Amino acid sequence: MHTKTIAELAAGLRAKEYTSVELTQHFLNRIKNLDSQYNSFVSITEEIALAQAKEADERLAKGDANPLCGIPIAHKDIFCTNGVRTACGSKMLDNFIPPYDATVVENLRAAGAVMLGKVNMDEFAMGSSNETSFYGPVKNPWDTDCVPGGSSGGSAAAVAGLLAPGATATDTGGSIRQPASHCGLTGIKPTYGRVSRWGMIAFASSLDQAGVLTRSAEDAAIMLSAMASYDDKDSTCINQPTEDYTATLGNSLDGLRIGVPKEYFGEGLRPEIAEHVRTALKWYEGQGATLVDIELPHTHLSVPAYYVIAPAECSANLSRFDGVRYGHRCDDPKDLNDLYKRTRAEGFGDEVKRRILVGTYALSAGYYDAYYRKAMKVRRLIKQDFDQAFEKVDVIMGPTTTAPAFKFGAKGNDPVAMYLEDIYTIATNLAGLPGLSIPCGLVDEKPVGLQVIGKAFDEGKLLNVAHQYQLATDFHQLTAPGIK
Amino acid sequence: MERSDILKLAELARIEITDATVDEVAARLTDVLALVDQLQAADTDSIRPMAHPLDAVQTLRADTITESNQREAFQEIAPATENGLYLVPKVIE
Amino acid sequence: MEWETVIGLEVHVQLATKTKIFSGAATQFGAEPNTQACAIDLAMPGTLPVANEEAFRYAVMFGLAIDAEIGKESVFERKNYFYPDLPKGYQTTQLDQPIVGPGKVDITLDDGRTKTVRIHHAHLEEDAGKSLHEDFHGMSGIDLNRAGTPLIEIVSEPDMSNAEEAVAYAKKLHSIVTSLGICDGEMSQGSMRFDVNISIRPKGEEKLGTRTETKNLNSFRFMEEAIALEVERQIEVLESGGSITQETRLYDGDTGKARAMRSKEEANDYRYFPCPDLLPVVLDEDYINAVREHLPEMPEARKARFASDYSLNDYDAGILSSDRATADYFEQTAKLSGDAKLAANWVMGEVSAKLNASETTITHSVVNAEQLAGVILRIKDGTISSKTAKTVFEALWNQEGDSADAVIEAKGLKQVSDTGALEAMADEVIANSPKQVDNYKNAAEDKRPRMLGYFVGQIMKASKGQANPQAINEILLKKLNELL
Repeated sequence: MHTKTIAELAAGLRAKEYTSVELTQHFLNRIKNLDSQYNSFVSITEEIALAQAKEADERLAKGDANPLCGIPIAHKDIFCTNGVRTACGSKMLDNFIPPYDATVVENLRAAGAVMLGKVNMDEFAMGSSNETSFYGPVKNPWDTDCVPGGSSGGSAAAVAGLLAPGATATDTGGSIRQPASHCGLTGIKPTYGRVSRWGMIAFASSLDQAGVLTRSAEDAAIMLSAMASYDDKDSTCINQPTEDYTATLGNSLDGLRIGVPKEYFGEGLRPEIAEHVRTALKWYEGQGATLVDIELPHTHLSVPAYYVIAPAECSANLSRFDGVRYGHRCDDPKDLNDLYKRTRAEGFGDEVKRRILVGTYALSAGYYDAYYRKAMKVRRLIKQDFDQAFEKVDVIMGPTTTAPAFKFGAKGNDPVAMYLEDIYTIATNLAGLPGLSIPCGLVDEKPVGLQVIGKAFDEGKLLNVAHQYQLATDFHQLTAPGIK
Repeated sequence: MERSDILKLAELARIEITDATVDEVAARLTDVLALVDQLQAADTDSIRPMAHPLDAVQTLRADTITESNQREAFQEIAPATENGLYLVPKVIE
Repeated sequence: MEWETVIGLEVHVQLATKTKIFSGAATQFGAEPNTQACAIDLAMPGTLPVANEEAFRYAVMFGLAIDAEIGKESVFERKNYFYPDLPKGYQTTQLDQPIVGPGKVDITLDDGRTKTVRIHHAHLEEDAGKSLHEDFHGMSGIDLNRAGTPLIEIVSEPDMSNAEEAVAYAKKLHSIVTSLGICDGEMSQGSMRFDVNISIRPKGEEKLGTRTETKNLNSFRFMEEAIALEVERQIEVLESGGSITQETRLYDGDTGKARAMRSKEEANDYRYFPCPDLLPVVLDEDYINAVREHLPEMPEARKARFASDYSLNDYDAGILSSDRATADYFEQTAKLSGDAKLAANWVMGEVSAKLNASETTITHSVVNAEQLAGVILRIKDGTISSKTAKTVFEALWNQEGDSADAVIEAKGLKQVSDTGALEAMADEVIANSPKQVDNYKNAAEDKRPRMLGYFVGQIMKASKGQANPQAINEILLKKLNELL
């Protein structure tokens, strides 16, 4: 059962090959038996899962048509779950049990999906390797000496390890696409404002967006169709009708104009990855698509702009963690300042502290114009690059990462090297555009991804483009060696 | 970044930084600032800052009460409360 | 040396919306601690703000009332600082793009002089919670019910030069916001709070002196006292060769003393930046015009109308129109009773005295306009005398009855106008007072009316004050003249 995609499982449930309770129990058993290798789950919600599965079976018996009904999934531990500890990878929230659900959690439950548990992540989603989690690093099922990518590393490892057929994830600078690439998965970050951020613990509010990690574009379409909604609890959510993304998966690629940015094939990119991406592009050409050389001239500024904007926003977003109303509180504070300073020193890890300090610096008197305001202007330049490119093309394609997954500790003490992990993915967040990564080959016996970037609200097209590729290729069906 | 800069930032951000780690933090922040300093090369004279990725505008909420009292649920997860109040070390104005 | 005082005010006005500025929690005053603090107000992780339409409408109403330009695109910013009554660790406020631009407020001083105070701008922001300093084992208690209550902060130019002007300005603002109905004006509940910026300079000097800010004054009297005290202090410091430190000060109305705040102000660097959770609020001309059309009558206009419609003198019209609740109360009483003069006298007399004695405002008056009109109607139709009316009002105030009629009935206060009964009393008095009757008969004709007093007094005594004096007069005149 665990080797099947969501679409296949949905068919199996309806063919009565198994019930949702059986399916759920099967995945729960796998998690319990196998996750010690990956450390992907931080909470297993067995009771809730079985109760939800039972309910789903009743719905299925009544003919519920939602393809997610009865499908077990995992939630990134950044989404608040009513009554279930939501720690966001941090000691700060190790004891935090929210009395409310994130809209994403609510939407998926309404569709009939079953929550297996909560998965590991970089602390407050700040990281590209899952090494910053308070709950320990997550291991890449393809090579347990390597990182799964981050920050949605737990989501990626759980799906790649076949411990869940799909998982929710979030992407602030590449946190869905980079782990998708490193773990051989399909991952989509929708347009900013497509999915509600309510109940999703904020890292950088103007960049954060929820999405999914799955084993096929079709599965991503199924999950995203259920997750996306206009939500009046999120002011930045865009009021656009929701779509059934599965409806357009079969569209023809004939006449598709694909932009190929030269900046995404420059120095630092492993030649084997460039080769795989070019092979994929050639395949698209064969389907009637045209390749158009484009320029995104400000790409090199995206990482610097991001590392001003994201820390600035996070420095304020994380001020609420003060030991007063919830979460960690230091012992015996001697005064108010001591309460704040020790609580936050103890509750946050090094990378989180670093980013708070950088953000504090970028916003402080005398530096605001040179850093924050400047970065906001560069952000517009980056957006304009995309606007101009999309006048000529329908989608943009390139690599997701410069290299396959790296070994633990490889970038250990060098934040800047780690930040450059997201060099191809960050611009998309700055521009608010949808981006997707699908596996397109192996390098060093580890998967690498093809990134597809679309116009705002063109998720349907991205998934269509990815699905057609997956109909013709089997990179997405490869599983890590040793996984049966 | 000097030690004193780090200590000032740490004070603003209310994060205690021990003496032993100040230099390490300073070194890392200096690296990060070197990275973001690349921004200075960009010509942005005529560019308007962009705070939101989509140029959308705020939709406003009707002035209707939608929330009910959930004090018990909220304070169940609070570190210290008494008589419905959150307790903190004495506030001195 | 002769000194000149320069005063500017920052006035915080709580808007009378039903819910918070960014959440659907109630704003009612006096609720049990933290029962009106929802997940958003408590800054629970993952929660997001959505702005209240009514708060904007109220702010626009204020802007229109002071002839200010309305911000067509207003932007919320985060003002970052740590304080236990500020759950997010930042206050959401406006800085560069406030909702209300420059405007002006005309004030009238006691000597009849008028002066214009320029308004720099007014912005929307959220109120903080409250720290309760009662001793909880050496701890402070935090109540966040007030957190998120919408405020407009009205920032004046430093256009006032003494306490009288500052108080006149503050009272004028009170009159404007209550007339607009955007604030309940309850000073004792903190609905209006004043921060006073004070500096002094040698008379004739152009350059402003160093200013101090005395924060959080919540009554006109305290403001007057605090200004006097601070001006005196600054003169003393400068005349003894010292210099003024820019600082925030607190005035204690109970002790009449002020002191500098102990919290470290110099460490403040608020790191304002645009709030990424809220989008710019765009108001178009149509919206602004629609608000303008529904603007309630402002105090000046109402004063003029009171003077002409109800033939009130300027002074009475001014007092009765100064705040909306009083004006509404008066106008309703006048309409229901059909006697504006009596209504005015009662509102400014008995009602005002009772309110002062019980330290409350007209909104909380025990006797409502309808009840007061009932009293006036009974004076007019002769059921009770003016003197008895006071007894009836007193009884209504003590809630001894629901209406004037009920009180008159229950207490038997109806004056005797029954001619038969009065004639019998008159006959008796005349029969028992031969000497006075003789005097009356022998008196010159023009002296006689004055001599009537004795007989009236006797009848009043006999009727225990309930005889209708006018009816007695007529009967006595008739009977005595018959004896001539």
